[in-house]
Amino acid sequence: MITKVRKIGAKKPHTHLMPFLGFFALLLAWDVLARFSGWSREVFPGPVVVLVSMGELLADGTLVRHTVASLFRVTVGFYLAVGLGIPMGIALGMMKNARSLINPLIQFLRPISPLAWIPLAMLWFGIGDPPAIFLIFLSSFFPLVVSTTIAVDGVNPTYFHVAANFNFSRTEIITRLVIPAIIPEVVTALRMTVTISWLVVVAAEMIAVQSGLGFLILDSRNALRMDYVMDGMIAIGLVGLTLDYLMRQLGALEAASWRKMTH
Amino acid sequence: MGRINIEKLNKSYANRRRDPRRDDDPLLRQGDRVNVLFDIDLNILDGEMVCFLGPSGCGKSTLLRIIAGFEPPSDGRVQINEKPVKGPSADHIFVFQHSGLFPWMTVAENVGLGLRHLENRQERHEQVSEYIEMVELDGFEHHYPRQLSGGMQRRAELARALAVNPDIMIMDEPFSGLDFLTHMKMREEVVNMHAFIQKTILLVTHNIDDALIMGDRIVILGHSPTRVIMDRTLDFPRPRDFEKSSELSLLRSELFLMMGVNYAV
Repeated sequence: MITKVRKIGAKKPHTHLMPFLGFFALLLAWDVLARFSGWSREVFPGPVVVLVSMGELLADGTLVRHTVASLFRVTVGFYLAVGLGIPMGIALGMMKNARSLINPLIQFLRPISPLAWIPLAMLWFGIGDPPAIFLIFLSSFFPLVVSTTIAVDGVNPTYFHVAANFNFSRTEIITRLVIPAIIPEVVTALRMTVTISWLVVVAAEMIAVQSGLGFLILDSRNALRMDYVMDGMIAIGLVGLTLDYLMRQLGALEAASWRKMTH
Repeated sequence: MGRINIEKLNKSYANRRRDPRRDDDPLLRQGDRVNVLFDIDLNILDGEMVCFLGPSGCGKSTLLRIIAGFEPPSDGRVQINEKPVKGPSADHIFVFQHSGLFPWMTVAENVGLGLRHLENRQERHEQVSEYIEMVELDGFEHHYPRQLSGGMQRRAELARALAVNPDIMIMDEPFSGLDFLTHMKMREEVVNMHAFIQKTILLVTHNIDDALIMGDRIVILGHSPTRVIMDRTLDFPRPRDFEKSSELSLLRSELFLMMGVNYAV
């Protein structure tokens, strides 16, 4: 038998087509299932029906409006979590005393699903953006604190000796040592949490608000428009894909990739 | 000035072994503590290059870390220029066994760490380039440490230490992990650098030849608890060669014997 040997790392010219092939296979399977399952198009719409109705939703601006509403909530909640969670993680990573005080609290709160907070969130923040933003904040805040703390903990202790040797001030230790040292891990954590918060926003919107992709799905279900439900799902998937792509670009920045840098 | 006085220095750690070793050497174990260093007395002169030799695990590194201020002594005192060591400082720079270069900074940024106090950017830039040239790394200023070979990393670290203009440089096995030729070249560079800048250099090594070629003085530490078992000033002219100097060759055999090797080849 002859096995073709290809140089490691040499990409086949058509590699970038592979993801599209995957999507195409999915569409095909979906279409076949929809045609031969015996369910009516109201219950299990095929790709063509869904595509046509997506055209409708795009034409009247509904889809864009709901997507923007969801993205707005994710952005605000996520930035809040980043702005509070990362500094807190750094502080906990550096101050061992504070950690033994606060860490058990975090580990206690972390496994509680953000969705369990929905009743309280609605009671405290009413209807509208604030409860949804609060839930997104919760979903990203704890993972970010924990990953940042672990990242700070993992910094090679030699570097702290070097810093002391070069008379670093407390501020310099943070800005010139800790932050650059943890950026690669933090970028990975951001990539994970942005996906979590995107998961949570849809769930939150099914309860507390009158806009967003979650609301679109719930509303379409009430109207028995499964094609619209699927349009909402597709939009969620596409935005998730884009968010992940953007976060990956963050990982390619020079500050985040020093760990991979060799010759 | 880099004068070091060490008096009655002791270092012991809490014994974390559940089942303590069965040797009842009273010096080694006092209650629940393990002695690492025992009554070390040393006077190191300004500008001296002192090589510390000893079996591995004998506490050479601990001694240097105490001098550098990373660890406090359990008893006794360490003074640098008549002032007790209170902690790490830019006056006595430690060059680490494994790279202590910040991997997220380029060579130039790493070397610049010791020159942060210079307000004038131009002046700082010039000094950074000067030290980088001194270790022959020009052209690699904007490389990250991981893009350099092991030998180049050591040289970059040397440049970073020199840039601070410290009174004392402390090197913990600076040549370990280098290939033979790089080792020889680095050794030569450190000797030349010492001749040029005349700083006090403390150097821990396993390598008897390194100590003989480089040292103004050799201090041999014995095994646990560590005591000074030999302290000898070498006033052989440089460059040194075992084959040409029979006296040096004799001393080499003596050292090998002391360290437990019967036939030095």
